[in-house]
Amino acid sequence: MATVDRASEGRGGFAVMLPFRLAPRESSVWRFADWISLRAAVVLVAGLWLGLAVDAFAASAAAQPSILSLMVKWSPVLFGGFLFNLLISFLSMAIGTAAGIILGLFQVSLRIPLRRSAWVVTQFFRNAPWLVLLFYCILLIPFELSIFGRTVPFPDWIKAVFGLSLPVMAYVSEFVRGAVQSIPSGQWEAAESLAFSRRKTMTMIILPQCVKRVLPPWMNLYAILTMATPLVSIVGVQEVMTLTRAALGAENRVDLLIPIYIYVLSWFFIYCYPISRYTVRLERHFTVIG
Amino acid sequence: MDRIEVFFRWLHETQRMNFTIGYDAYDRGRFFVGLLTTAELSIICIVLSLLVGVTGAWVQGSRSALLRNVTHGYIAFFRNTPPLIQLYFFYFALGSILPQIDAGGGLTRPPISGFGWAVISLSFFAGALNVEIFRAGLEAVPRTTVEAAEALGYTRWQSYRHVVLPLALRVSLPALGTNLVNLVKTTTLAYAIAVPELLYVSAQIWSDELNVREMMNLVLLSYVAIIAVLVWILHHWERALRIPGFGRP
Repeated sequence: MATVDRASEGRGGFAVMLPFRLAPRESSVWRFADWISLRAAVVLVAGLWLGLAVDAFAASAAAQPSILSLMVKWSPVLFGGFLFNLLISFLSMAIGTAAGIILGLFQVSLRIPLRRSAWVVTQFFRNAPWLVLLFYCILLIPFELSIFGRTVPFPDWIKAVFGLSLPVMAYVSEFVRGAVQSIPSGQWEAAESLAFSRRKTMTMIILPQCVKRVLPPWMNLYAILTMATPLVSIVGVQEVMTLTRAALGAENRVDLLIPIYIYVLSWFFIYCYPISRYTVRLERHFTVIG
Repeated sequence: MDRIEVFFRWLHETQRMNFTIGYDAYDRGRFFVGLLTTAELSIICIVLSLLVGVTGAWVQGSRSALLRNVTHGYIAFFRNTPPLIQLYFFYFALGSILPQIDAGGGLTRPPISGFGWAVISLSFFAGALNVEIFRAGLEAVPRTTVEAAEALGYTRWQSYRHVVLPLALRVSLPALGTNLVNLVKTTTLAYAIAVPELLYVSAQIWSDELNVREMMNLVLLSYVAIIAVLVWILHHWERALRIPGFGRP
């Protein structure tokens, strides 16, 4: 990268002496792609608003509330639901990541039974459908637990958080295992020669190097998790999808269906698209060009 | 067959494990119909999503900026929105504007069934990622290899068909496998629009027979088994297509 920068800056210097490099083409391509998708999004949104304006005009003639006014009316409720989805995604990600790191470290443990069983658990939860795991948690976790004589209620949404964190745990476990195994064995040997214990090698040398390898897939997983949160509506937790269906039921307008679904979809898009763009950029940034 | 039924009845009466599909022919029938529907849905969606992927990757390499932009928008949208809401959008929103078909006897029916919408929605969802996977595979084929093929007198189409595509397929196979496994897991979403696949029929059985615990475990194991079979097939395919001299044997 340094060479490229010097080549682009040093016009007055001995540019000829520097190895010939093309300008960083990828980044301009990606900037172009960003611009294109931004334009596509603008066209889509403009089309939607134009459609709504036409519809408002028609509605004022037909003496019924326009689609636009209905969407504005329901927006606060729907947005509250959307925020709840985000809360579920934060909690699931936190629990799943914590459990996944532990499971992933078990997977690289020197104790063979521990390593094998951690592998089985990881593969099982990684390959089970998210919705089935959600059902599993919702139906089979009791609705309250008594700990030391005190009953702790377990509402459905907390069970759903656990249900979603199971696959997250399995994926994070695989990320950690992959990252630890991708660290060159020279690092282990060097640490050993400096008399680091295994635990110290892991926490002070190996894991810090794993962070940048794990970060891009971890962020990608977060985006996938956020897009999986509407699943909890199927198992009866009230979130944005439940509220959308309720709004549709209350208004009972067939022409509201398409706009409102696009509306909700675009919220998720606006939230998830920057994350996935940033993931791509980070991946590119961390790639070792050899 | 009788022995099996006797065993499951014994399990129910003495061990309190009520696997109704073990001794009740009706439940067993329902369960296998669900299993078949899941298999059918998965296979059709896999084939269609691969077609979408190949077509999309081809379009992305085309000269028309409009086509490329449309493909880019399609990928960005379908990859960054929840598949469940996509399915609802197809089934409820688009389904509502299609004209009804006369089903005879004064009844009407929608032109596309829930199963049909699930196929369309899931294929587009998985297809969006397949486009990117195939494109990455095509880009990974070294330029020099294509030039070598041209030097040997291959036409554009011939070098694409005999040189580029076989290499690209092998490069994209691991990512493709992951995506197809994900697709099969995503077929459970069809539950939400009442397509009688494995999860849906199991939910029917556990609400009729009140054996949630047993059915839930059975469903989970069934899905893990289905995925295991798919992973096994993909693994063997990958090994059969391995490029000699690349990777570890």
